[in-house]
Amino acid sequence: MSALTPFLSFLRSLLQSLRDLTPIIAVVAFFELVVLHQPLPDVGGLLVGLLFTVLGLTFFIYGLEMGLFPIGESMAYDFARKGNLVWLLLFAFALGFGTTVAEPALIAVAGEAAQAAAVAGVIDGDAAAQDSYAYGLRMTVALSVGVAIVIGVFRILKGWPIQYFIIGGYVLVMLMTTQAPREIIGIAYDSGGVTTSTITVPLVTALGVGLASSIRGRNPLVDGFGLIAFASLTPMIFVMAYGILV
Amino acid sequence: MELLIHAARVLLGTAMDVLPIAAVIVGFQVLVLRRPVKNAGRVALGFFYVLIGLSLFLLGLEEALFPLGRLMAEQLTAHEFIDTSWPAALIPGFDWLDYAWVYAFAFAIGFATTIAEPSLIAVAIKASDVSAGAIGVRGLRISVAIGVAVGISLGTYRIVVGDPIHWYIITGYVVVMIQTVFAPKMIIPLAYDSGGVTTSTVTVPLVAALGLGLAESVPGRNPLIDGFGLIAFASLFPIMSVMAYAQLAAWRGRSRQPETEYDPHVAPDIPDFPQE
Repeated sequence: MSALTPFLSFLRSLLQSLRDLTPIIAVVAFFELVVLHQPLPDVGGLLVGLLFTVLGLTFFIYGLEMGLFPIGESMAYDFARKGNLVWLLLFAFALGFGTTVAEPALIAVAGEAAQAAAVAGVIDGDAAAQDSYAYGLRMTVALSVGVAIVIGVFRILKGWPIQYFIIGGYVLVMLMTTQAPREIIGIAYDSGGVTTSTITVPLVTALGVGLASSIRGRNPLVDGFGLIAFASLTPMIFVMAYGILV
Repeated sequence: MELLIHAARVLLGTAMDVLPIAAVIVGFQVLVLRRPVKNAGRVALGFFYVLIGLSLFLLGLEEALFPLGRLMAEQLTAHEFIDTSWPAALIPGFDWLDYAWVYAFAFAIGFATTIAEPSLIAVAIKASDVSAGAIGVRGLRISVAIGVAVGISLGTYRIVVGDPIHWYIITGYVVVMIQTVFAPKMIIPLAYDSGGVTTSTVTVPLVAALGLGLAESVPGRNPLIDGFGLIAFASLFPIMSVMAYAQLAAWRGRSRQPETEYDPHVAPDIPDFPQE
């Protein structure tokens, strides 16, 4: 290997990131120029922003391979060696709860949900009532993600097929939809999507795959994936339960 | 100067995102596992790269693409732009076609933002690793992106016509259940996962703006109630599209060359995770 190799692979990653961003640029340019008939404003600023985005994506991919993936897998391996189920499940809960509770997207959605509830007359319109509703919602979602990772990790250990859980969850969502107040339904359905941040996803995926690889008889592909699926499903159930109870 | 302040704010926000995770990891590593981390320095550097990378990525998006994308979502859904001329005149009762450009934009922006979504790239790299290339990074990302595109497009249609969201979602669930029975078993967990990973950094801000703009512009819609739900569509449809992709691949046979989209030399000296 020559001294140039790391540099060349960095360059290749940059080009790859640029390719990943090309569709967005193309869509924005097409709609701006062809559909809306407006010139692109501030082309210089756009190019600077694009440069940041490409560099950022490249660094993120490096960080994935160097930090997030190895730590997730090595911790999964160590927990499997230690063989203490309680600590592993506690870790799973802490990871799910801790990474969700401070998630900016969730804070934003909880605030909007409180507004929607106030408009619909479910809670009082004043700021205090809205704040406490939003806070309760946030805790509910964070709790649900913690529970989701715990169930998901337990499933990996047992090697149970995921579809029974997810389909069972869907049936529960359907049943609860018939009972939940109308204004919470859209928010509940959305909350499943906003909980999993860009840092949580690789870490949780590496944890699942690492666990499945270090337990005999588990297939990393069939058993290792699925933690994110749990984390997107339980918030819907918990938020609708919150809507029914509050 | 303004850019610097903005940069500092984005960096702080990302750090707030990383810190709880780092705290949980360090806490359990030190107090419970009590084992030194292999290549600790390298892992720490990796976390630093993630922090810097995500901050730069967000900063770039917020400086360049988000304002433009939001503005376009507003303009496309504004009353002046809604083309009431031809379809309604030709086919009475089909005035939802007035919003044709909105559906097209929803489809295109859903596809494009999903291709750039970092967490999807992460899951795709991992899936490709684990399956020894049988699940290609590119194929997975494109099928997820098609799912998101169809989902958001249908979601905007729902906002325009004002149907209750749960009928769409429940129908989607039934389709997912049927597909689960027939899809190759190895794809199922990954397909379920892909619903959750699609909607984060890039997609949510643009899609939320589109939903709210549309709910404000269509007569009789309440933005607070009807503006929600696009994310749900974007999380449901990739599950279907990924299972469909695997189904097609299974039917076509498995003679394809494994893809090597991301160069394995990016991080050459990470030892492979030990397998028993």
